[in-house]
Amino acid sequence: MIIETAKLNLYYGKFQALKNINLQIKRNLITGIIGPSGCGKSTLLRVFNRMNDLIENVRITGSVFFDKEDIYSPLYDIIMLRKRIGMVFQRPNAFPLSVFDNIAYGPRVWGMNDKMVLNEIVERSLTAVDLFNDLKDRLKTSALALSAEKQQRLCIARLLAVEPEVLLMDEPCSALDPIATGKIEELMQELKKRYTIIIVTHNMQQAARIADEVGFMLLGELIEFDSAKKIFTNPRDKRTFDYISGRFG
Amino acid sequence: MTFRVGPRTNQIIAYTALLIMTVITIFVLFFIIGFILKNGLGQVSLKFLTERTTDMGKAGGIFPSILGTLFVTLLAIIIAAPIGVGSAVYLVEYTKAGFVRRIISFGADCLNGVPSIIFGLFGFIFFVITLNFGWSVLSGGLTLAVMILPTIIRTSEEAIKTVPRAYREISYSLGGGKLDTILKVVLPTALPGILTGVILGIGRAIGETAAVIFTAGSSLGLPTSIFSSTRTLAVHFYILAREGISMPKAYATATVLIIIILLINFIAYRLVHRFIARYY
Ligand SMILES: Nc1ncnc2c1ncn2[C@@H]1O[C@H](COP(=O)(O)OP(=O)(O)OP(=O)(O)O)[C@@H](O)[C@H]1O
Ligand SMILES: [Mg+2]
Repeated sequence: MIIETAKLNLYYGKFQALKNINLQIKRNLITGIIGPSGCGKSTLLRVFNRMNDLIENVRITGSVFFDKEDIYSPLYDIIMLRKRIGMVFQRPNAFPLSVFDNIAYGPRVWGMNDKMVLNEIVERSLTAVDLFNDLKDRLKTSALALSAEKQQRLCIARLLAVEPEVLLMDEPCSALDPIATGKIEELMQELKKRYTIIIVTHNMQQAARIADEVGFMLLGELIEFDSAKKIFTNPRDKRTFDYISGRFG
Repeated sequence: MTFRVGPRTNQIIAYTALLIMTVITIFVLFFIIGFILKNGLGQVSLKFLTERTTDMGKAGGIFPSILGTLFVTLLAIIIAAPIGVGSAVYLVEYTKAGFVRRIISFGADCLNGVPSIIFGLFGFIFFVITLNFGWSVLSGGLTLAVMILPTIIRTSEEAIKTVPRAYREISYSLGGGKLDTILKVVLPTALPGILTGVILGIGRAIGETAAVIFTAGSSLGLPTSIFSSTRTLAVHFYILAREGISMPKAYATATVLIIIILLINFIAYRLVHRFIARYY
């Protein structure tokens, strides 16, 4: 167990976006979170690296454990948490910097200024997302010139550069075409060997293809959480069944 | 019977009207610049640029005024740019959108509309008299700094606001703190916009007459320290023309002023574009 929530509730002002969430994420698996739009998937994901702290009027009750420690306890080091639990966003958002500076951003924030080491990190991170051969002669050019798929790979590489343990992915393929999506999914299978991945997706086929375990959310509640096989072939809850068979959402 | 025209005719009329307005604008601009250059360019020579002014400006060059303009403007920018950009960062990143920020923005907009002679008067009373800096590069620079500060704050503020929220989130998600995020992501991304504001400020400062004539004075001596009184190019031109000292010299001075301003804009434009081309 790497991440665990207990009686987790989250409120945006008066609106309750997460209701009594109890779930357990296992190490080195891909966990998919599915559910209709607005059910709280992104909100849940952002609980894990405390990105919701950046939004005003957010209130959280219950507990979230990462490696057995409560990340919402007052003394918990948020900056360290965000290093260990990284996030890939929906839209491939490279900084308007060079390829190199994009990847070196995280390490530099963490105080690494040694050019040799940075070179190594950049090479290693780009290799991990299968971009190095492509970009090794273009490290100084703008990252914004890359295609959407390559930018998303670059964003993953930028994240890997800080050596996280968990990758949170919020619909990482929704801005990509099917071929690019397939490639990113392959990459995720590769990354799974070294990282724990939690992916939010609208796309049930995608969840079925890549996830080991799947949670189904509806209106802020975690309705069902089980192995992907079970969820997609023999769900316990009728609402899950309705959703995966396309009755709503 | 009502008069109706088809959408296509409408289009053509609108297009023509807009075209005419554009042509008029460009024509006026080129006419002014052309007129000054025509009357002034002939008198501008290396000697004119490098010699001291003699006989009240009837003879000699404008070297002291070039130096004076340079010093006063430089001082103004050195003071106003960091304060302006700093305030903008503070406003956008550290205060909540709301009443206070609106008041400050509104205040800055109002200050932008205040005639420069008012700033001149303020500078005279405050810097020259109260702080006893006298007519000097220092007083002039400070006054101009106050005058261009609102422009720099507002343009920087807008530039910083347009930095996508996503960039900030990514920075935080990688473990970046607020300061890292501001220094390494927000400011570089906003830089072209910020530079534009600073350049607008420089342009205003260089061409300013009313605010500096009261504060930097009109001495024709070479400015040797920030306490020297000096006469900027704009003031020199104003005095030459106003007192009828020498129209040819006045045009020549105006020519130099215009060329400097055009040059600054051109360089800044190139800089901003090179920056944008590199990373956008
Ligand atoms: N900053 C916010 N302030 C107030 N309400 C919010 C905020 N962010 C999200 N919500 C609300 O919380 C609920 C859950 O939002 P969330 O973004 O987590 O949904 P989601 O499942 O990720 O949806 P989607 O599939 O469309 O991305 C929605 O009803 C949304 O309107
Ligand atoms: Mg979402």
